[in-house]
Amino acid sequence: MLEVISRRLLYGFIAVVAASVVVFILTRLSGDPAVLMMPVDATVMEIDAFRERMGWNDPWLVQYGRFAWGALQGDFGTSLRHSQPAFEMVMDHMPATLQLAFTAMAIAIVVSVPLGIITAARRGTWLDGLGQLFATFGQSVPNFWLAIMLISFLAVETRRLPVSGRGTILHLVLPSFTIAVGVIAIVMRLTRTSMLEVISEDYIRTARGKGIPEWRILLKHAARNIMIPIVTIVGLRFGYILGSAVVVETVFAWPGVGYFTLQAIRNADYPIVQASVFVLAVCIIAINLIVDLLYAALDPRIRSDL
Amino acid sequence: MSADAGVTLLPGKVTRPGRDRWRALRILFRNPQGVIGLVLVLVVLVVAFGAPYFGLPSPTRQSLLETFVPPMWAEGGSAAHVLGTDHLGRDVLSRIMYGTRISVMVALGAAIVAAIFGVLMGIVAGYYGGRVDTFIMRVVDVQLAFPLLLLSLAVIAVLGPSTTNLIIVMAITSWVTYARLVRSLSLSLRQREYVQASIALGARDWRVLLRHMLPNVFPTIVALFTFEVARNLLIEAALSFLGLGVPPPTPTWGRMLADGRNYMMVAQWVITYPGLAIMLSVLGINMLGDAIRDIVDVKL
Repeated sequence: MLEVISRRLLYGFIAVVAASVVVFILTRLSGDPAVLMMPVDATVMEIDAFRERMGWNDPWLVQYGRFAWGALQGDFGTSLRHSQPAFEMVMDHMPATLQLAFTAMAIAIVVSVPLGIITAARRGTWLDGLGQLFATFGQSVPNFWLAIMLISFLAVETRRLPVSGRGTILHLVLPSFTIAVGVIAIVMRLTRTSMLEVISEDYIRTARGKGIPEWRILLKHAARNIMIPIVTIVGLRFGYILGSAVVVETVFAWPGVGYFTLQAIRNADYPIVQASVFVLAVCIIAINLIVDLLYAALDPRIRSDL
Repeated sequence: MSADAGVTLLPGKVTRPGRDRWRALRILFRNPQGVIGLVLVLVVLVVAFGAPYFGLPSPTRQSLLETFVPPMWAEGGSAAHVLGTDHLGRDVLSRIMYGTRISVMVALGAAIVAAIFGVLMGIVAGYYGGRVDTFIMRVVDVQLAFPLLLLSLAVIAVLGPSTTNLIIVMAITSWVTYARLVRSLSLSLRQREYVQASIALGARDWRVLLRHMLPNVFPTIVALFTFEVARNLLIEAALSFLGLGVPPPTPTWGRMLADGRNYMMVAQWVITYPGLAIMLSVLGINMLGDAIRDIVDVKL
């Protein structure tokens, strides 16, 4: 077990290093980071001075070493626009994104897992068909369009819900629901498929033969065994939400990392962009690590071959 | 759902030329969902390739005398603008149809590039195993740890938004899906008798890969490819909605929504129809993908 954990930690560390390399290369993709970050009307001398000040005349390896060393300590330089430490500004926006992601995920799990179990138990009925239809639609609707339509129908016509910003719990309703829709579709489908697989297993038949009530079989015997795929997909989706919340955050002007980073991208404020991509990557790596370890805790069979 | 688990490839299900060639299509036509999906996909393709031949007004022609004309069935609408006009008096239907071209081009292009690279990586990893496999799979794992949408936005901002750059960036973010799936398939294929026999007969690696392994993973790739095109459509729309898609004056679905958002109180139609276009296209492709998946009998 200890060996498994340490191997996973090593993989996680490699991923973090790789993330730092990608983030480092990002600003150099266009050739010259100084030209990229300076205003269009900057003179050649100003650009040269900026390049010298940032240490971008040094060899690449030296530059990367300096960058990685800074990144490890949470130092990504200063925001070009706000003149504040980039890392701290990104961290200031993390709670909003995490709050949104957790709420969306909670809604999604509460809705999708029972729906998946019910549609599996009532396979082939109209209820199942309806569930499948909903899942197909949920996976096909662009979430930013859903967001706009929700705003125009619910919030503006009835004026019940706030449509932008963060503050009260009501502000959380529309953005988290929008994100949850796509997740519900995926988790529900997976729950249904896994459930269908499990209930054809021998031990379920045995339980039925013993005369155990059906709901008890589903909730006690079967539900336990669909935990692994569900935990996996929930973990993966959570990481995905963190990285893609930018769309929904933008529509609802939710002051999260995504919205903040998009503005930084538009302003060519690359220290912020670098910091946030790195921070989010580390979050996702951490989540994947936790999911892997949860596996081992949930299923003794895979403990050895992680 | 690890990629290794549950992927079943039935030996008899590989289409052999000449024998029962139409089996797959017959199954598809028996499935109502598959038929609806196929029809929607055909409509999208016809619109994408035939947009200039429908005799519509130019998608970029502005007319400040004709701003916010409602759809033709609404009060004040006219047959000249079937779905009405936007804030610059441009024809909404025409913009949606021309927007289809860009979306389909980017989504298909990215899916093709990603599929070629991903399949190659996956099949090589599964066939050679050992260090090659470990290395490729590590790269895949690392890539899955990135906030890909945000990173794509940043990369496109640095490189500049163009059709080619969009295709490249989207392909780079999605080849791993193919690689993982194909790897797990080829791991088991490699143990098949006919593959082993071919190796024992002294066939070169590329011959085994191309003649024996690739044809067997192909049906599964087609199913995955379909879903990936749908996903790409959504991503392209999201990128252009956020202002980092193919730049103006080219009409794109995402930018129509981004522009229309400011006017949704006066003109509901400028946001309703582009969104419906995206949703129906993605829905059609997903339905077709579901049907193909059932035929191939694989879990994705």
